[in-house]
Amino acid sequence: MKQLLILSGKGGTGKTTVASAFIELANAKAFADCDVDAPNLHLLMSQDTKPLKKDFYGMDKANIDQDKCSGCGVCYENCRFDAILQEEGRFIVDEFACEGCALCYEICPEKAITMVPCVIGDLELYKDDKVFSSAKLRMGNGNSGLLVSEVKKQMKENKIDQTKLAIIDGSPGIGCPVIASLSGVDLVLIVTEPSLSGMSDLKRIVQTSKKLQAKPVICINKYDTNEEITERIKVYCQEEELAFVGLIPYDMHVIQAVNQGKSIVEIDCKASAAIKEVFENTIKHIF
Amino acid sequence: MKIAILSGKGGTGKTLVSVNLAKALGTAHYIDCDIEEPNGHLFFKPLIDSKHEISVKKPLVDHDKCTACRKCVEVCRFNALALIGGKIKVFDDICHSCGACSILCPEKAITEIDKVIGYVQEGMADNVKASSGFMNVGVANGIPLIKSLLKNASKDHDVVIDCPPGSACSVMESIQDADYCVLVAEPSIFGAHNLEMVYDLVKLFNKKHGVVLNKSLTGDNPSADLCHKHQIPIIGNIPFEQRIAEMNSNGDIIIDKDDHYKQLFYEILLKIKEEVQS
Repeated sequence: MKQLLILSGKGGTGKTTVASAFIELANAKAFADCDVDAPNLHLLMSQDTKPLKKDFYGMDKANIDQDKCSGCGVCYENCRFDAILQEEGRFIVDEFACEGCALCYEICPEKAITMVPCVIGDLELYKDDKVFSSAKLRMGNGNSGLLVSEVKKQMKENKIDQTKLAIIDGSPGIGCPVIASLSGVDLVLIVTEPSLSGMSDLKRIVQTSKKLQAKPVICINKYDTNEEITERIKVYCQEEELAFVGLIPYDMHVIQAVNQGKSIVEIDCKASAAIKEVFENTIKHIF
Repeated sequence: MKIAILSGKGGTGKTLVSVNLAKALGTAHYIDCDIEEPNGHLFFKPLIDSKHEISVKKPLVDHDKCTACRKCVEVCRFNALALIGGKIKVFDDICHSCGACSILCPEKAITEIDKVIGYVQEGMADNVKASSGFMNVGVANGIPLIKSLLKNASKDHDVVIDCPPGSACSVMESIQDADYCVLVAEPSIFGAHNLEMVYDLVKLFNKKHGVVLNKSLTGDNPSADLCHKHQIPIIGNIPFEQRIAEMNSNGDIIIDKDDHYKQLFYEILLKIKEEVQS
């Protein structure tokens, strides 16, 4: 099974719109939403079946037994994440700040600290003749990379035999969840937009993909909102020898389709025609 | 007064709102906490007067002292150390810099060295001080950059904090000291879904908050519907207009170019001030 990941660097350039269109066009039997921070793909993928839900545990987090604690403050002094708080003469753990390193647990002279399992996200799996894996990170948590890896694992473990192509909707940025989503994919489609911000972020995500040995190809969404910057992005792609797979125009039908919970390819319009072309061009790079 | 701008979904206009609010304040400190994709500097184009690297600690094993007892491997919860061929190997990229291996090594064979994860720059653009953090490519966790930026937040002037997207740890870090949170939302079911997430976050942290609707069109606005449902105050409404999109894409600050928008941002600011003082 080949895996195509859709990324953008900058948020809001149209990753999920493109991903949902590609899933329809490829009739993909496996797909995943790795934007665990702000998942939206499920809003467009109407499913007949109910998802299987599963709690996702992140790193165990520290908990101080107040009866055993002597108030020596060794944990407080050594915690690098400012996760031990001093409140009214007691030491307590800020569970949002705790990264689960367990240093406090190891060094507490009173053995007053335990490491307790902690649910940090909710996994969802839709499975009928297709497999759709998704998750939502619980508010304020870290460990998003771990959850992203689990979303991909859940998709792979449940895939239907002879699935040829999996489509993965990624998250914005270049950090932890993006790095986790990049591992093992066969191609990255970067959806950018013609703005100084979009272009600046494009360069950073291209470098990130290359560093993780994933091959990137580029398309520009809403290209006609600033044709001058569109040209500059094309020149950048040529200079960097990045494959350019197409232009998608700004089209009011896109937001209408989204708000009806539909994929844009269900509507006959200029954006859907352009996305079909981008799809054909992208697929050539993967098979 | 510290104002944090957040959105859940990316690309809804956090930077547009942050930059223009900072500018509307006249004298202000703009801090770009979106360290993975910092863009505020593209609008302010500040004259950079300081730039310094931010580092975290990574373990360095002295193989002469190491007895290969595996204590460090056992205590590292991130699996960032392994004993391979009788020698301890450190995997920097997954190390969380907690210090456990170095503190707990019975032979004192592990010291820590600084590893640069990015840099922070500061500069002036008229009366706005603009600070941005740039996380290096390939680094997973940029929280130390955000901490450094916020530690240096101005104490004399109003501060505008441009947050990263999402509702995870980096956003929480960014809003911790805010007096007011502006939630920027676009008129789609995606926008509304992600607005609900950040709304839960600001409620959890008991922050004063209001919504700016961006890219508003005539017709349905699922984000506005959500505000009405939960009675979230709407403090501004920025219509979708081609010329805004164009100015914004070219890195222009729209209130510098257009009096109508200047008025709109002054009104948003006035509402925030009233709320913060109430």
